[in-house]
Amino acid sequence: MFVACATFVVITAGALVTSNDAGLSVPDWPTSFGYLVKVPHFVGGVRYEWSHRMVAGTLVSLTLAIAIWTLLVEKRRWLRWLAVGAFCTVIAQAILGGLTVLFFQPPAVSTAHATVAQTFFCIAVAIALFTGRKWVEEQPRIEFDQRRPSLTTLTWLSIFVLYVQLILGGMFRHHGMSWWPHVVHAVIVSLVLSWTAVRAISVYSNIEAVRRPAIVMLALLITQLCLGFTAFLTRVAWGRSAVQPELPMVVATVAHVAVGALLLATTVVLAIQVWRHVPAAFEERVPQSQQDVSAA
Amino acid sequence: MNTKISSRILVGTLALSSLLLTTACNKNTEQSTNKMADKEAAPAPAATPIDPATVATVNGSVKFDGTAPKPSKIDMSQDPACKGSNEAENIVVSGGDLANVFVYVKDGLGNRTFDVPKDPVVLDQSGCKYHPHVLGVMAGQTVQIKNDDQTTHNIHPTPKDNREWNESQPPSSPAIEKNFAREEIMLPVKCNQHPWMKMYVSVVKNPFYAVTDKSGKYEIKGLPPGDYTIAFVHEKLGEQDQKVTVAAKETKTVDQNFKAGGE
Repeated sequence: MFVACATFVVITAGALVTSNDAGLSVPDWPTSFGYLVKVPHFVGGVRYEWSHRMVAGTLVSLTLAIAIWTLLVEKRRWLRWLAVGAFCTVIAQAILGGLTVLFFQPPAVSTAHATVAQTFFCIAVAIALFTGRKWVEEQPRIEFDQRRPSLTTLTWLSIFVLYVQLILGGMFRHHGMSWWPHVVHAVIVSLVLSWTAVRAISVYSNIEAVRRPAIVMLALLITQLCLGFTAFLTRVAWGRSAVQPELPMVVATVAHVAVGALLLATTVVLAIQVWRHVPAAFEERVPQSQQDVSAA
Repeated sequence: MNTKISSRILVGTLALSSLLLTTACNKNTEQSTNKMADKEAAPAPAATPIDPATVATVNGSVKFDGTAPKPSKIDMSQDPACKGSNEAENIVVSGGDLANVFVYVKDGLGNRTFDVPKDPVVLDQSGCKYHPHVLGVMAGQTVQIKNDDQTTHNIHPTPKDNREWNESQPPSSPAIEKNFAREEIMLPVKCNQHPWMKMYVSVVKNPFYAVTDKSGKYEIKGLPPGDYTIAFVHEKLGEQDQKVTVAAKETKTVDQNFKAGGE
């Protein structure tokens, strides 16, 4: 849980870097002005970029510690692999951060850096969920899903559209494309996530593990839409000719990124809980040919 | 819900999302291709001689029609070393005279070539501002970048056709010397440490260029007689061209007006 919170801090710090156009204020990498940890003249964009690097470095150390601890203590093999995967992801993320500095923020690399950050956040949240007492001690309350599309399909579709939205938002933020695909796709995201949340809340309200993330997801979706609208106003509509990053734009865009990360992680939690508590009905899993054989 | 309808909705959602994603990827590929086009320029051939007895001059003034926007105040409080007041320089108008317009001979010189001046042009960072705000330079000519502030700046040109670079310059450090190989008009330069610091370098192949001063005036000297296209380029208001014919030893006045919105 601590690593997940630390990741959220790093994502917010990264959003501050982008919103303040400070990504290249420290021109070298992996050193910062020639040093690994020496505090530079702490002004302007350097404050954001250097702090982001230091918090991210701490997160790499924490993830390594978690991976080693999991390998030594954890009995579930798949969870050990997930912890190793988390460490590999955070290393890949650090390299992407370096590439974005060394190649002057190419939109594709900067967007990949933003996307992998949220992927790592989801992994950290998932590890926190899997290692939590509730997950370990709880007896899953299983209800087979007879509806089509199944809730499992809807949660996976929700994750997919959120990733697409993340990439579109990242490309816009890093000057790789216009704003309109991100705004148009927000309509699709809203519809898919609302469908998923309403289905989960209305049909499986008796399963707390499903109901709670569904409610949180819906609340975050509404918050995110409001923040997105504010970010659009402050950045695109009003802030186009701003001579420097203005505070309302910085606050709105950073909050939009942070709540976006929370929304994606909550959707992943919902997908995991649905997979655990609301599996697809048995018939769905058996190929038709085998069903015919068993019927005969 | 009917299985067929729900399947169609699912496939439709996936297709729409993928389509929007493809739009993003295509746009990025275009940009990458532009960056890849940044190849090394060939060495320039010997300069074509110009008879100094026949050269002409083009001068004039650039005006802004209508009410000029009030310059935005810049908050420099995030760095105590940035002293004094500062205002946005994106549109500088005084009594209708428009400053910081880059004026150059865009067309009409044919295949003439010109020697690159040995003397560098100076870009100074002082008061956490760039001086000048718009700088003209010939391709290959040295730009000498100085830091007169008691704070670290980083100089980061973001060109389309030249090589991008990003270097920090601490206080009292030696000047950085750079050049730009290819012609590029209004190449943005910024400081990522002080996000309000922005200026433009215009890189041209000929020495016939000028930047309008605070009174909106410019002068281009030493032009061989001929028919030319003179371009007036402003960072916000865009580009306007004028055809002009100059005879030997003639001094011709070519004025230009800009309207808000780049009309």
